[in-house]
Amino acid sequence: MGARAARGADVTTVPSAGPTRPALGALLRWPVLAVAVGVWESAARARGSVFFPPPSRIVRHAYDLWFSGPVSHLFLTDAAFDTIGPSLGRMATGFVLAAVAGITLGVAIGRSRRAWALCDPVVQFARAVPPPALVPVFVVVLDFGTPMQVASIVFSAVWPILVNTAEGARATDPLRLDVAAVLRLTPAERLRYVILPSALPRVFAGLRLSLSLTLILMVFSELLPGTENGIGFLLTDAQSRSDLLTVWAVLVLLGVLGHLLNTGLLAVERRLLGTGRKT
Amino acid sequence: MLRLDSLSQSYGEHRVLRDVSLSVPDGQLLCVVGPSGCGKSTLLRTIAGLLPVREGAVTIDGTLVTGVPDRLAVVFQDYGRSLLPWLSVRDNVALPLRRQGLRRAERRAEAEHMLERVGLEASARRSPWQLSGGMQQRVAIARALVVRPSLLLMDEPFGSLDARTREDLEDLLLEVHRTDGATIVFVTHDIDESVYLGDRVVVLSAGPDSRVARDLPVGLPAQRDQIATRGLPEFVALRAEVGRAVRAPARAAVLGPADAEPEQAR
Repeated sequence: MGARAARGADVTTVPSAGPTRPALGALLRWPVLAVAVGVWESAARARGSVFFPPPSRIVRHAYDLWFSGPVSHLFLTDAAFDTIGPSLGRMATGFVLAAVAGITLGVAIGRSRRAWALCDPVVQFARAVPPPALVPVFVVVLDFGTPMQVASIVFSAVWPILVNTAEGARATDPLRLDVAAVLRLTPAERLRYVILPSALPRVFAGLRLSLSLTLILMVFSELLPGTENGIGFLLTDAQSRSDLLTVWAVLVLLGVLGHLLNTGLLAVERRLLGTGRKT
Repeated sequence: MLRLDSLSQSYGEHRVLRDVSLSVPDGQLLCVVGPSGCGKSTLLRTIAGLLPVREGAVTIDGTLVTGVPDRLAVVFQDYGRSLLPWLSVRDNVALPLRRQGLRRAERRAEAEHMLERVGLEASARRSPWQLSGGMQQRVAIARALVVRPSLLLMDEPFGSLDARTREDLEDLLLEVHRTDGATIVFVTHDIDESVYLGDRVVVLSAGPDSRVARDLPVGLPAQRDQIATRGLPEFVALRAEVGRAVRAPARAAVLGPADAEPEQAR
């Protein structure tokens, strides 16, 4: 794995099956966070600056803004639907499109030595460009609005998925390909029963990287003019009104959102890959 | 009838097999023995249609082998990699039945029947990696037999198993051979195993440039027994003969017209 990991930041190692002692892991997870929040709270209160409100006020404000709605709306306010909804929609659309394109192209490139040789330089170049730098290009091509935002998300999130899927598909055990040939599987069956399952750990490594990029690009593309809603829009809007409390609330919301999405993806990965599987 | 006619194989400049001619009648259990690196696996992969034939020809019932032949099954040595860990034991065995157009329930029933035959009906729903090495190789054998092959190729299938497990699987293979009557080409580096299992033992000379060094019929009674058969004088004599052929220096062991060629400096 060492040599491959060195190829670039987009390529990560596959995590091990999970903590051996989950109870200990959970126990160790919270104290540092609790201490950090505690220090933040007391420091912010001692200082009393309007620019650095204490976390208790930030959380209270976030609650008032988004989570004090009626039960029928799962406690979400209308503002939450107007802000978080469009952002999540863009993220989901971008992520799904990136996953479909990345996995499809990745398998194709990974399974064909010729396609690999042809595409590798292009891929290495395209993924080396910092994704936010491409947003102006999409603004020119697609004008402001959701299509531009989704395109920015897709174009940045597709590379880690593509590269990892290609590496995973390429590394399919040659003996397993012999087995597929001897069992006379059709190309579709070979893909479904041999190549995709072999590549799946790497596919998920790519998906996890892409998910965080998706979040970054979602916010970044919403910071641009021409945006009418979304989390990024709220951020710039609050900033222009010097509403620092809302700015902080948005930051906390983004952190929580990123963590939740990542946890969700990990759960899917565990379910699909199984805990004790050896490949 | 499986026939190899003057088969030669090479990887680039490196010649592995040279001028191998063999004909294997239907229903024969042929053991191919040879020192490591003598091209046994190459021979098997060529018969399986996994390697294109460089020179010569491989035919099955008169048909030239150009791809993976029909009604062929292969058991590889590395059961851990040959089974698919993301499928259950039963689904692994059922996988080759897809091409026969059977429905899912039929495939599963057939797979379960085959698992019963190799003594693994209780493990059908488990994952391959939850089983011991010997059990995993039984699964691989069941997966090979489920298509009712007329030609079964085995590439050192018991090479990485402990002695006791290996004996059990050897007897399972003999039992399968008696009842199914498939032609079996069994590659091994174990001289004892080749004599115990085979109707016939072919010894390949040391590589590179391996050829058929000896071709010996095994005159032992068809019903074999791990203790009694291995104690028979014929068994001991044959084992010695095969052993001598395997240990012989590459050139001296080969008999035939090709020997007229000038010796190359080695």
